[in-house]
Amino acid sequence: MLALREGIAVNTPLLNVEDLRKYFEIRRGLFGRREYIRAVDGVSLTLESGEAISIVGESGCGKTTLGKTILRLYEPTSGRIVFNGRDITHLSWGELKWYRRETGLVQQDPFGALPSFMTVKKILEEPLIIHGFKDRKQREERIYKALEQVKLTPVEDFIGKYPHMLSGGQQQRLVIARSIILEPKLIIADEPVSMLDASVRIEILKLLQKLQEDYKLGIIYITHDLSTTRYFSEKIYIMYAGHIVETAETKGILANPMHPYTKALLNVIPDPDPSNRFTIKKVPAGEPPNLLNPPVGCRFNPRCENMIKGLCDVKEPPLMKLTENHYVKCWLYARA
Amino acid sequence: MDKAHLTVKNLVMYYKTLKGEVKAVDDVSFSLLRGETVAVIGESGCGKSSLAKSIIRLLPRNVSTYKGAILFNDLNLMELDEKSFTRDIRWVKITYIPQAALNSLNPVIKIGDQMIEPLILRKKLDKREALEKAAKTLKTVGISENFIHRYPFEMSGGMKQRVIIAMSLLTEPELMILDEPTSSLDVLTQASIMNLLKNIRRSLKLSMIFITHDVSLSSELADKVAVMYAGQIVEFNDANAFYHDPKHPYSQKLMESVPTLRRDKKLDFIPGAPPSLLNPPRGCRFAERCPYVFEKCDKDPPLIYLSEGFYVKCWLYARE
Repeated sequence: MLALREGIAVNTPLLNVEDLRKYFEIRRGLFGRREYIRAVDGVSLTLESGEAISIVGESGCGKTTLGKTILRLYEPTSGRIVFNGRDITHLSWGELKWYRRETGLVQQDPFGALPSFMTVKKILEEPLIIHGFKDRKQREERIYKALEQVKLTPVEDFIGKYPHMLSGGQQQRLVIARSIILEPKLIIADEPVSMLDASVRIEILKLLQKLQEDYKLGIIYITHDLSTTRYFSEKIYIMYAGHIVETAETKGILANPMHPYTKALLNVIPDPDPSNRFTIKKVPAGEPPNLLNPPVGCRFNPRCENMIKGLCDVKEPPLMKLTENHYVKCWLYARA
Repeated sequence: MDKAHLTVKNLVMYYKTLKGEVKAVDDVSFSLLRGETVAVIGESGCGKSSLAKSIIRLLPRNVSTYKGAILFNDLNLMELDEKSFTRDIRWVKITYIPQAALNSLNPVIKIGDQMIEPLILRKKLDKREALEKAAKTLKTVGISENFIHRYPFEMSGGMKQRVIIAMSLLTEPELMILDEPTSSLDVLTQASIMNLLKNIRRSLKLSMIFITHDVSLSSELADKVAVMYAGQIVEFNDANAFYHDPKHPYSQKLMESVPTLRRDKKLDFIPGAPPSLLNPPRGCRFAERCPYVFEKCDKDPPLIYLSEGFYVKCWLYARE
């Protein structure tokens, strides 16, 4: 039976998300109508173990909610999340304990994510105690190993420190150490480096990449920064207003963006080049829609210069297959 | 040769804390012509913001040393008393947009009423004239005139930042100091603010000091680049030269850590951390992280001039 289960696990992807939705209910006034913020609205994705994918979008597009829903920090409204062959979509808090051990979260603000009153050792020991590591020596071994993995060495120098005694980069490495201490199979890194300096950014991203390769970790890298995804993920999902609007292998999407939103994003991101100062960039007018009341049809249509009247503002486009791994949610690519 | 619009010479600003003296700006010199933009880049804590505040004389209360020369249109600002500095310079001829300024708009006062304060106080306009001017200026930054009657909560982040830029244009300044003007904005909003800054600096012949930690973004505005490390400018260079061939080892390493979207390159990072400004190392401050360090680096490197006005502070370029 066990062997059979493992057999399944080998053939299925590490994570399979199908048509996931997360709506937040709000009520205006005491007797007001119920309304929903549709933060994640029909997202599907797959992740193999040892693979890194990125979810790219602007603030408010639902990328953080997507990450938290996958980790089951939020209860999904509908859809399915299958992890290693097991459906975890609606498991109860108690039933999820094993899933917590298999997953980790790295958030944007490392200082906010670390309890300021606990030492490095205590911070790393807590998850071990919760997950039943009774032997103190075994716990200590794990803590040393995790700190070495994230290069907070010599370990003795760090183990007694409090978070405020560490630099921003060191704090983020501690957060990563905490997220891997239970040897999970999936890490969700939500803007892990956007608060750090340029050179520290690369250091942290390279660390995550090494962990991914060494331990066959699956990593979902959530970011607004397309230029780092080029180096640190194999596949990109572009998210806009709760939808995935385009997905492809990293190289493919950067060389050949299809969706007008992806094109706009790629166009405005600068590379260091002195000729930038002489060019005015084309930026789509307007702002991302309110997810309480998103536009009918394609959600990008009010800002899109290729908008087809009577189609884009009426009917939502499906996610269409262009080539083997390249999908786009845009009517421009519909075959008649 | 054109005359410099702003020349900063040997500017020093230290402040005292319980732990000792923080050498936030330590002997900084650069200059720019009218209509030029200098981008000041460096990692957090390198003294970029302190430099901006020292130029506009918004000093911390515990300042201990403040000296050097700031020549603005040949007038040494250091010699002005506080009264005339406030009347003629700060937020009049030189405006300063601090980091995250868009969050400092008062939520319960209408945009127009917040904007006109400098016009009434400094330019002695009456309220009606001032509001008219505010409305006109809003239009130049791409916001509809009737927004003077709106409140900040009715606006998005990008619009608020446009309001802040409009505020800083009201007194018809000659020099604008922008400290991370787009750091909390989204990519597309950031690009449209950059477009706006490019347009106004051309049409109004503005000089700018653009402070950012983002090397790629700095190239959107920079005519000249000043790289700061541990309170000092280690390289001051022309933009064309800098982005293709940075000279100082720190600039080179910093450039290697910038991911590019359009071409592949090998990314690298700088091991270690910048020194504390409380007690910076003697000699070159980058020495302990520098791949090319040699004996001479124990001594403080001089400014080695590359060409007229541009320099690098590194022993590697010193001729015997």
